[in-house]
Amino acid sequence: MTDRTAPSRTAPGSSAPGSSAPGSSAPGSSAPSAGAPPPLLEVTGLKKYFPIRKGVFSRLAGQVHAVDGVDLTIAKGETLGLVGESGCGKSTTGKVLLKLIEPTAGTIRVNGEDITHLSKTAMRPYRRQMQIIFQDPYSSLNPRMSAGSIVGEPLTIHKIAKGREKQQRVAALFERVGLRPDQMTKYPHEFSGGQRQRIGIARALALNPSLIVGDEPVSALDVSIQAQVINLLIDLQEEFGISYLFIAHDLAVVEHISHRVAVMYLGRIVEVTGRSALFTNPWHPYTEALLSAVPIPDPSAKRGKRVILKGDVPSPINPPSGCHFHTRCLYVQEQCKVETPQLRELSPGHQVACHFPLGSGTG
Amino acid sequence: MKGFATPPGREARRALMLAALLTAGFLLPAVFADLLAPFDPSAVDLSGGLQPPDASHLLGRDQQGADILSRLIHGAQISLFVGFWTVTVSTLLGVAVGLLAGYAGGWVEQLLMRLVDVLLAFPGLLLAIALVAMLGAGKTNVVIALSALGWTGFARLVRGQVLAVKNLDYVQAAEGLGANHLRIMGRHILPNIMAPVLVQSSFAIAGAILSEASLSFLGLGVAVGEPSWGAMLSEGRYVLFEAPFVSIFPGTAIMLVVLGFNLLGDAVADWLDPKRRVS
Repeated sequence: MTDRTAPSRTAPGSSAPGSSAPGSSAPGSSAPSAGAPPPLLEVTGLKKYFPIRKGVFSRLAGQVHAVDGVDLTIAKGETLGLVGESGCGKSTTGKVLLKLIEPTAGTIRVNGEDITHLSKTAMRPYRRQMQIIFQDPYSSLNPRMSAGSIVGEPLTIHKIAKGREKQQRVAALFERVGLRPDQMTKYPHEFSGGQRQRIGIARALALNPSLIVGDEPVSALDVSIQAQVINLLIDLQEEFGISYLFIAHDLAVVEHISHRVAVMYLGRIVEVTGRSALFTNPWHPYTEALLSAVPIPDPSAKRGKRVILKGDVPSPINPPSGCHFHTRCLYVQEQCKVETPQLRELSPGHQVACHFPLGSGTG
Repeated sequence: MKGFATPPGREARRALMLAALLTAGFLLPAVFADLLAPFDPSAVDLSGGLQPPDASHLLGRDQQGADILSRLIHGAQISLFVGFWTVTVSTLLGVAVGLLAGYAGGWVEQLLMRLVDVLLAFPGLLLAIALVAMLGAGKTNVVIALSALGWTGFARLVRGQVLAVKNLDYVQAAEGLGANHLRIMGRHILPNIMAPVLVQSSFAIAGAILSEASLSFLGLGVAVGEPSWGAMLSEGRYVLFEAPFVSIFPGTAIMLVVLGFNLLGDAVADWLDPKRRVS
């Protein structure tokens, strides 16, 4: 997978770029149909700037461009992987589209309805449809609440069930995520990291959401536990038709779970395509570099061209002009420094934001 | 909280024992004063004035001939009243203000916390003296005077704790579930910040008891004739050389009770905070 011309590792169904159908090992059957109904989630021009204030009078000293114009869509039952290095704005994107953080600009549509400017109260019905699983299984559970009341809280908040019925539903959720109902009375510190993450998943499932944002839901877990949790997520998707926005920095995990993958760099999406196309045929130089950094667990494997990026990620406070990646790009041209490349669809289902995408031979 | 799981070490256990002993030695007489006091604390018998400790009057008698032990026992009641109510009022007010300021942020926080800053700039005892002078002496007025500033420390503490907790994932998770502000504050933030507040309360009881003694010593505390420890100390000062026991015993009582509650606060802190746990 280091050589973008020769598919090496992603053997199964190395489909042509653009086929956004799920790969053979991926879950679900629901390929996003480009049909009439609006996508489950549609985000356009999403921006989140965090102000930096200084001095006695809180003078605006600058802005962190955490999310800088993100477009993405997620269809029903689909998993969109969102990858990128630390600090590129992945998590912020996830939280902004759930309106846990207010966006600076852009629109968020759920089933075609604009939720961008809804108040906290007006958001409540949509909260039932969109849930989040956090990265840190330790800080994401209230240490003063029992596991059962954590999972049951969404049912109470939305007045779905109480008393005995609530207990039964929580017990069923516990069983569904692989916990024992007799563990409901225990407190979070009595569980292991993997079990805690299952509690977090059960809490997210309680409202039967149609979209779950997984904010690096497995990156804090041991590798063996990671696989269990990912398989649980895949099973749940097959059972309930849930869509995921799966945020991660581990490409192997993303490859396993996603139908499509979006690559993010400094607040912008630089490439979106079907899983296999991305791993076999990346078009954006940043994607290429990202993929070449993945270790291959086979000493005899032929390594393709190794792309090593120079320098650090520029500051999101003052991102580079034009293409944000031009300061580190191996193939940079004059045009890249002045003109911001738009995300454009070069072949069906494969979008790239680059003036000289690799696949087109100009790289 | 992991601190509950492992028992504290020997040092900590000793401190806890001493704290328990001292506070129990204060609370029991305070609660059962009428049963335990051998004499009427306000009995006047000038013939027995300044009688040194003996078998019937274990701690001696003061200028009016009242039994000092009985006065101490009844004085514990006053100290307990002032300590308990001052801390209750201060904690409730401080937690409410701190929670609101920390959670709401923005101009609400600015307004409330600047008010706290202004109040903290006042010399505490001086303000209490002024307030008691205005309101008049008496237990309730002492509580009002001490609570007027007492809550500010709690407000500051709580606001800081709220700021630390409110951005944790589980608070965001509750928000994501659609929980309203009241629920987030009451179920998710408050229970997780109470540990330091509890510790602070323990110290504050000691502080309030000492302040009441100071006010009463200055004649601005409880009503005249009530057996406050501070007032007893003050009366004893006129006969410090002829009858030192008149002031020594209330002074010692104040010291031990303050020590007891401070140790209790330390012990509670050790107990609740896994990082400070002695193993």
